[in-house]
Amino acid sequence: MGAHTMETMTEAQAAELLRDHERKELLRFVTVGSVDDGKSTLIGRLLHDTDGVYEDQLAAVRKASRMEGSEIDFSLITDGLKAEREQGITIDVAYRYFTTARRKFIIADTPGHVQYTRNMATGASTADVAIILLDARLGVLPQSRRHAWITSMLGIRHLAVAVNKMDLVDYEQATYARHEAEFRAFADDLDFEAVTFFPISAVKGDNVVEPGGRTPWYEGPSILEFLETVPIPRREEGSFRFPVQTVLRPNLNYRGFAGQVASGVVREGAKVVALPQRTEAVVAGIDLYGETIAEARAPLSVTLRLDREVDVSRGDMIVPADDVPEVRRQFDAMVVWLSEKAHDPNKTYLLKHTSRFVRARIPKVSWSLDMNTLAQAEVEHLSLNDIGRVRVESHQPLYTDPYRVNRRTGAFIVIDSMTNNTVGAGMILERGAERSLEDDAAATGARREVSPAERRELLGHGGAVVWLTGLPASGKSTIAFALERGLFDRGTLAHVLDPDDFAAPDGSATPTSPSPEAVAQMARAVADAGGIAIVSFVSPDADERDAARAIVGAKRFVEVHVATAEKVCRTRDARGLWDGVAAGTLAGVPGVDAPYVDPPSPALTVDTAGQRRDEIVRALCDLLAQRGVLAQG
Amino acid sequence: MPFPPNRTVTDVSELITGERLSHLRELEAESIHIIREVAAEFEHPVMLYSIGKDSSVMLRLALKAFHPAPLPFPLMHIDTTWKFREMITFRDRMAEEYGLTMHVQTNEEARQAGVTPFSEGSNRYTKIMKTQALLQGLARHRFDAAFGGARRDEEKSRAKERVYSFRDRFGQWDPKHQRPELWNLYNGQLGPGESIRAFPLSNWTELDVWLYIHLENIPIVPLYFAKERPIVERDGSWIMVDDDRLPLEQGEEPVMRMCRFRTLGCYPLTGAMPSTATTVPEIIAEMLTTRFSERQSRVIDHDAEGSMELKKREGYF
Repeated sequence: MGAHTMETMTEAQAAELLRDHERKELLRFVTVGSVDDGKSTLIGRLLHDTDGVYEDQLAAVRKASRMEGSEIDFSLITDGLKAEREQGITIDVAYRYFTTARRKFIIADTPGHVQYTRNMATGASTADVAIILLDARLGVLPQSRRHAWITSMLGIRHLAVAVNKMDLVDYEQATYARHEAEFRAFADDLDFEAVTFFPISAVKGDNVVEPGGRTPWYEGPSILEFLETVPIPRREEGSFRFPVQTVLRPNLNYRGFAGQVASGVVREGAKVVALPQRTEAVVAGIDLYGETIAEARAPLSVTLRLDREVDVSRGDMIVPADDVPEVRRQFDAMVVWLSEKAHDPNKTYLLKHTSRFVRARIPKVSWSLDMNTLAQAEVEHLSLNDIGRVRVESHQPLYTDPYRVNRRTGAFIVIDSMTNNTVGAGMILERGAERSLEDDAAATGARREVSPAERRELLGHGGAVVWLTGLPASGKSTIAFALERGLFDRGTLAHVLDPDDFAAPDGSATPTSPSPEAVAQMARAVADAGGIAIVSFVSPDADERDAARAIVGAKRFVEVHVATAEKVCRTRDARGLWDGVAAGTLAGVPGVDAPYVDPPSPALTVDTAGQRRDEIVRALCDLLAQRGVLAQG
Repeated sequence: MPFPPNRTVTDVSELITGERLSHLRELEAESIHIIREVAAEFEHPVMLYSIGKDSSVMLRLALKAFHPAPLPFPLMHIDTTWKFREMITFRDRMAEEYGLTMHVQTNEEARQAGVTPFSEGSNRYTKIMKTQALLQGLARHRFDAAFGGARRDEEKSRAKERVYSFRDRFGQWDPKHQRPELWNLYNGQLGPGESIRAFPLSNWTELDVWLYIHLENIPIVPLYFAKERPIVERDGSWIMVDDDRLPLEQGEEPVMRMCRFRTLGCYPLTGAMPSTATTVPEIIAEMLTTRFSERQSRVIDHDAEGSMELKKREGYF
C-alpha cells in the first residue's frame, strides 16, 4: 500500500491510485503444511509485511505473545477461534486477505494435521495456486507427499514449495537442494504445470517478501514476487457452460435465465441448446444489471435471454449447440470423504452439481488411496478423510465435463439426506470403461424425468430381459410362464413375450415369424419400464441373439439355453413341426431342417427333461438375484 | 422500480473487453451467484439490513442479481432505537426509492423494561437488543435464510465463517459443526426449524467495499463523511451527542469536532474518528494510510478476547 497521505496526494494521484486498485487481479491460493511447519507464521509475515495487519490487531498479538513468553509471534495474527487457540492448533480453514499494487490475494489457510484432509480439500477447491511448507530440518515427510497429491487432484497446476526454517539449518544450500530433489522426484508424476521452490525463513523474513538476504546462493524470486506474477488460470478459455440458477420473469415481455458463466464465453447471436430438453435457441441478449452486453465471459454473473420460448428452469444448463457436455447417469469420480460416518454403498445420497440436486448412489469403490504409501488399496467403502475412486449412479442425468478440464462442471458435493451434512466432495473423471447403455439412453432420452434407479426404488427390483432360446418344443414357454408366475408371487413385475402371441393373422404357427430385433425392442421396453421381460423364442442364430443383447444392453440381458434333447422335443411336438417337415408341408424349421446354433456361453443352461419346473424357476430367480436384478434372498 | 443508471457504457465495455476481470468484478460476480443461490434454494429468505456501508453494497448486489425483477425477498432492520437519526432517515429513503419491503424489528419487551446502552454493560445490551431482537424477528416471519453483510476480514473469528453459516433450531452457531464448503457448491439442506446466515460479502475487504461504493456510486449514510459534529470524549472514544437521551456526566460539554464514522451502530456505542474526508476517494485515501482496524471503533468488541465468537455462538449476526 502506498505511503501517501491526504496532504501529499494530489487529486490526479488520488484518481490514479483508485484506478490501480479498481483494476487489480484476484489470486486465490491455499497454504498447506504439517503441524509446526510454520505456516501460520508465514501467513502472518505476509500480512504484516504487506501492511495487512492493523495496529490494534498487532497490539493484541503483542499482548498475547507476551503471555506465551516469546517476542512477537506472527502466527497469532491468524490463529482465530478460541477453542483452537487453547489447543494450540488450527482446526479449520480460515480465509485471509491482503493486497499489493498488482493483485488482491485470498489465502485459504488450511490445517496440516493428519486427520484434516477434508480441510485441505476444502481450501484447495477454490485455489489457483498452492504453497506447501517443508521444515528444512525434516525435509519431505509422508504428509508432504500427501499434500502434493491432494493439491494436484483438486486441479491446482501451480505449486510453490517453501522450504521453511532455513535459519535453523544455517541457510545451507545443500540441505535445500536435497529437499528440492526429493520433492521433485515424486511431484514430477503429478499433474502440475510448474513446481517452484523457495528457501525461506518465515520467522526472520528471508525470501518471503524481499528476495536475497541470507541466501546469496538463491537467485529466484521471493514468495510474494511469485504470487504477484504466477499466471492465473483463465476460466473463459474453456467450453461455454451456463448452469441456470433462477428464471427472472418480472413481466410478460421479459424472460431471463440468471446464472454465473461457469466457463468459456458466450456472445449475442450464439446458437445454444438448453439441457436436458435439448431445445435449440439463439442468444437474443445478455443482460448485465440493466446493461445489454455483446459477450459474457466466465466468471461473470449475467442474465441470458433466448430468441424463443424455451422451457428452462433452475438446474438446467445452457451450452453451445456444437459443444455440449457429456450427459451421464453413471460415472467414475475421485471422492474425498468428509464425514465421521463412513460411506454406505447401498445408501441413496443427494448430490449437488452446478445448480442441480440429484439423488445418487455410490455403489462401488474401485480403490482408496493408502495415505502412507500413496498406493491404491482395495476397500468396501470410504471413511473419514479417505480419498478413493468410486462409481456414481445418479437417478437423473448430469451434464458434466471431466474435472481436469472444467472445475465447475466436473465437481460435486455429496450430502447425507438424513443428516443434511456435506459428507463428500467429488471430482468427475474422464469417461472410460464405465460407459453404459444406460448413459446412452440418458443422452438420447434425457427428457425422461423418472430414472431407472427411481423405478427400482418403486418396484423393489431392476428391469431385465430373460431370453429363453432353444429348439421348438423344448419347453421354453412352459418355463416362461412358470417363471412369470414365480416372479409375480414374490412381488416382481414380470411379463412373458411369446412369439405365439405375434403369430401371423392366418393362424400359421411358424416360429420364425417376428424378427429378433422386433422382439428385442419390445423386451427392452418392458425392461425400461422396470419389469422383467421373459422372452420365449427359438432364436436359432447366434448373431441375432447378440443383436438382441446389444439392443437390450448386456448388463440386463440374461440368456438362457433351454437345451432339452432333440429326441425329447420331437416326442412333445404338439404343433406337428417334425411331421410337417417330413411331409414336405413345412420348411426351414430350426433344429429340424434348418440350423440351430447353441449359445456359446449362456448365463444358464436348463433341461426340461432332466429338471423339475420349480427347480428351474428357482435357479433362474437365483441367477437374477446374483445379477442384482432381484433383491438377494 | 427505478434502477440507478450510474454506470456509463465505457465502464461496461472496459469490463468485457479488458484483459481479465478486475478483482472487484470477480467479487461482484461471486456475490451475485451466492445471492441467487440463496433466493432459489430457501423458502423464506430475508436480507438483514444494517444501513451501514456493507449493507449498502449488499443491497446493490441483490438489486443487480434480480434486475429487472424486483427483490424476491424482504429486508429486515434490527432497530435498537438507539441508532443515529440519520441512519433511520436513510433507511426509510432507500426503502421508498427502491420499493423495498422493510421489516423493522425491536425487542419491545426489553425496551419497555428500560434496557438502554447505559442500563447494561455493552455486552448484555447487545445480546438483548440486537441478538434477541434478531432471533425474535427471524422466528416471527419464519425466515429460513438471512443474508448478512459480514466480511471475513473484519475479525479473527469471522475468518473461518462459511458463506452458508449453519444455525441450529435456536439460531446458534457451533464452530465445530459447520459444513465443509467446497468450490461454489453450497449445501442449503435444512432440518425443521434450522436456518442459515448467508454472507455474500465473505471475500470482500473493507477496502474492496469502499472501492466498489466509489465505482458504482452507491448511496451511503452521510455519517461516513467528515463534518463538524457535537462530540463528547469517553474512555478515549469520540461519542456523538445525537439526541438528548445521552446522559452527560459531570462537567461533560459537547464540543464541535471535524470527524466521521468508520462503522455505524448505536450512537452511544460508536466512536467517531477525526477526519477531513468528505468524499469517497478521500475516505479511500485515508483508509490506505490508516493503521487501525474498523472494529476498533466498536465498543462491543473490547469487552473480552474472543468476544465476537461468544456473541456469534449465541446467535449474533
